[in-house]
Amino acid sequence: MSDVFIIGAGIHPFGRTPSRSGLQQGVYAVRAALAASGLAWRDIQFAFGGSDSAGNADTMVSELGLTGLQFINVANGCATGGSAMLGASSTIKSGEFDLGIAIGFDKHPRGAFDPKPADWGLPDWYGDTGLMLTTQFFAMKIQRYMAAHGISRQTLAAVAEKAYANGALADHAWRREPVDAATILASQMVSDPLTKFMLCSPAEGAVALIFASEQRARALGLPGVRLRAAAVRSRPAGSFEVFSPSLDVARGRSPTMLASQAAFAMAGVGPEEIDVAQLQDTEAGAEIMHIAENGFCADGEQEAWIAEGRTRIDGRLPVNTDGGCLACGEPIGASGLRQVYENYMQLRGLAGARQVPGEPRLGYSHVYGAPGVSAVAIIER
Amino acid sequence: MPDPIAPIAAGLFAFDADGQPLLLGGRDRVTGHITFPAPADEERFEIVPLPRTGRLWSWTVQRFRPKSPPYAGAETFEPFAVGYVQLGDTIIVEGRLVGIPFETLRIDLPMRVVTESFVLATGENRMTYAFARASDR
Repeated sequence: MSDVFIIGAGIHPFGRTPSRSGLQQGVYAVRAALAASGLAWRDIQFAFGGSDSAGNADTMVSELGLTGLQFINVANGCATGGSAMLGASSTIKSGEFDLGIAIGFDKHPRGAFDPKPADWGLPDWYGDTGLMLTTQFFAMKIQRYMAAHGISRQTLAAVAEKAYANGALADHAWRREPVDAATILASQMVSDPLTKFMLCSPAEGAVALIFASEQRARALGLPGVRLRAAAVRSRPAGSFEVFSPSLDVARGRSPTMLASQAAFAMAGVGPEEIDVAQLQDTEAGAEIMHIAENGFCADGEQEAWIAEGRTRIDGRLPVNTDGGCLACGEPIGASGLRQVYENYMQLRGLAGARQVPGEPRLGYSHVYGAPGVSAVAIIER
Repeated sequence: MPDPIAPIAAGLFAFDADGQPLLLGGRDRVTGHITFPAPADEERFEIVPLPRTGRLWSWTVQRFRPKSPPYAGAETFEPFAVGYVQLGDTIIVEGRLVGIPFETLRIDLPMRVVTESFVLATGENRMTYAFARASDR
């Protein structure tokens, strides 16, 4: 079984690009990844790609070239990108092929998502009466967490402030202006305790990552990063998920905990060895909770961690070094691969103004979404 | 007294002998696991009344008018509170919170099940369930 390497990465800037469809942004990212690695589309043996609401990934071949490659479309909600990467990794590990690509892209309309109850197995009244909003879930999850573990609103604001500060340094980010904590706290309340600047928005963007076997990567002479672990997990009993009319009194673990533990076990490393982490930050509270759910600290320690600046680019565990979803927006199909792209750039020392100092060796990425799915990847320089 | 307004959906709530509302859950006949609302499969799920009182488990305030669809409420919008209430030791149920000033909302408040009129965008009224503050005991 071969180790799997990422040998090229390309991104289409996140945010809003009215002149390009989601598919065109995907094509742009593929071409950027090919150009960065000196490869041609005809070299690519297989592809996994997907979007949540911007079309069928495999139609990109009409732009990229009709080479007859194996192209598998992936649709797995917020874990679409993570699942595409898992597919690419498994294909190379199996020995079926030794050079392939994973693509994630998306383009959503403005404003909150507008899900349909029947798509989620829910009765109409749940949507009719105004209970079917992702923002309510995120607000209620962090509200309870803050009360149980002593997290302050100031800490929520500090997380968002860091996101915009980091986004200002990232070429591909959408929000490029710093926003201070006082402005974040005073901005419009959306769903208590979350204000407008504490929540990410649906957006657009695309990412492509090129994968190769160790032997192929060496033969090509391309410096890459090793994929040490990729895990996708769904929700266990007792987890708290979006769009839940009821919950069990006996509370359980989260899909994030399962994916994280699986990934650490696969990689044979522990949380204390990670040098840089990209964690799902749909809203500021999610980043705080996910630091603990991914095993980096105990519940409640985040209050001190963030006050001490531990998660800043120059801190002990830099988190969301490109500003995460808060600064980049959340194109569902692309978001998980953006995190891996960011870690790849950090580990290769290509992250420019936002480069984590000290030559980071291990990068951790975590995406989470409805209806309770998490994907974790660990890469190593 | 039960209100004559049509319920927003069948099988969500009922009234006890004193005319007090209670929610109806579905108990899996094999595992005993209870969910709300009760799934339609009556062969697998037995309808069970849920405890009428409990404690606020978490809350938020919906400050903007949700998108339609799926939201079917009136165009004119007033922010409303939403929460999860743990009913006894049985289940935690999500619903609107009524009659509580937003600034006084806090986890662990004693709560009770009530019914509440919900005005649709069409102007029609529907009865739904909600949670109101219960007396401290």
